[in-house]
Amino acid sequence: MNKLPDKKKINGVTKFLIVVLITYLIVALFNFSIAQKAFVDFLLMFIKIIPILVFVFILMTIINFYFTPEKIKKHLGENSGIKGWIYTMFSGIIISGHPYVFFPLLKDLKEHGMKDSLLAVFLYSKNIKIPFLPVMVYYFGLSFTIVLTIYTAIFSVLNGIIVEWLIKRR
Amino acid sequence: MELTKNKKVSLKKAILKTIQSFRISIPIIIGVLLLVNLINIYAKDYYLSLFTGNLMLDSFIGALAGSISLGIPLTSYVIGGELLKEGISLIAITAFILSWTTVGIAMLPLEIKFMGKRFALIRNTVNFIFAIIISILVILTLSIL
Repeated sequence: MNKLPDKKKINGVTKFLIVVLITYLIVALFNFSIAQKAFVDFLLMFIKIIPILVFVFILMTIINFYFTPEKIKKHLGENSGIKGWIYTMFSGIIISGHPYVFFPLLKDLKEHGMKDSLLAVFLYSKNIKIPFLPVMVYYFGLSFTIVLTIYTAIFSVLNGIIVEWLIKRR
Repeated sequence: MELTKNKKVSLKKAILKTIQSFRISIPIIIGVLLLVNLINIYAKDYYLSLFTGNLMLDSFIGALAGSISLGIPLTSYVIGGELLKEGISLIAITAFILSWTTVGIAMLPLEIKFMGKRFALIRNTVNFIFAIIISILVILTLSIL
C-alpha cells in the first residue's frame, strides 16, 4: 500500500536533482570555472557533513530500536515538563551539525510524539556553536559573544513557546 | 552479549526504517547543497553593497541577507568580521550572523518536506523576527555594559 507514495517521492527527488544538474550544465557552458568552483565547494561541504550524517544514522537507528512512542512522549511530549526543555536545549547546543542534517531525525521524533515547541527549541539552540565561540570572540569580542550567547539561549525557549502557540492557533 | 531473535528482527526493522528515511533525504540534501554553493558564488561579493547606513533598515537587510545564505556559521563570522571592518553596523552584522543559522530560505523545501509546511513557515518567520529583536537587544545591552 505504501509503495506508490514512496515511488512518487523518489521521482520528485530525482526530478529535483536533474534540474540542479541541468542548472550546473548551463552555468558551465557560459563559465566553466564558476560551475567547477561551486561543485568543489559542494564536495568540501558534503565531505564535512558525512561524519554528522553517520552520527545521525546511528542515532535514528537507536531511537527506532529502543524508543517507543510512549517513551518519547514521556520525555519530550506534552507532559515532559521543564526537564524536556532543558534536555532539548542542551542536546541542540552539544550535538554539532547544521539543522538540516537533523530534519529526518526530528521527523522521526515528531512521529514518535515529540512536541513542536521542543523541535523548535532544538533547532534554535543549535545556533550556539561552542567550538566556534573562540572565532566569534576573535572577530566581535568577548562581551559581544557572551551577550549574544545568553540571548540566543533565552530566545530558544521563547521560540519554542511562540512556534507551538502559533501552530496550535487556527 | 547476544541479541535474541526478536531483538535481531527489531534491530533490522530499525535499520531499514532509517535507510528508508536516508534514501529520500540524502538526494535532497545533495541537490540543495549543490544549488546553494552555486548561488553563494554570485551572492558573496554583493553583501557590502546591500547595506544603507540606516541602523533599523540595516538590521532588517542583515537578517534578510543571512536568511538567503547558507554554510557553516564560521563563514558568517568571517563575512561579518569583514563587513564590520568596512564600517557596517554591529546591529546589522548581529542580525546577519543570527539569521545565517536560524533562518534557512534555501533549506525551506527540505524543512517543509520533513517537518511540515506550517511548522517550517512559522518557525522561519519567527526566527527572522527574532534575529532583528536579538540584534537590537545585544547592541542595547552592550551599550549599557
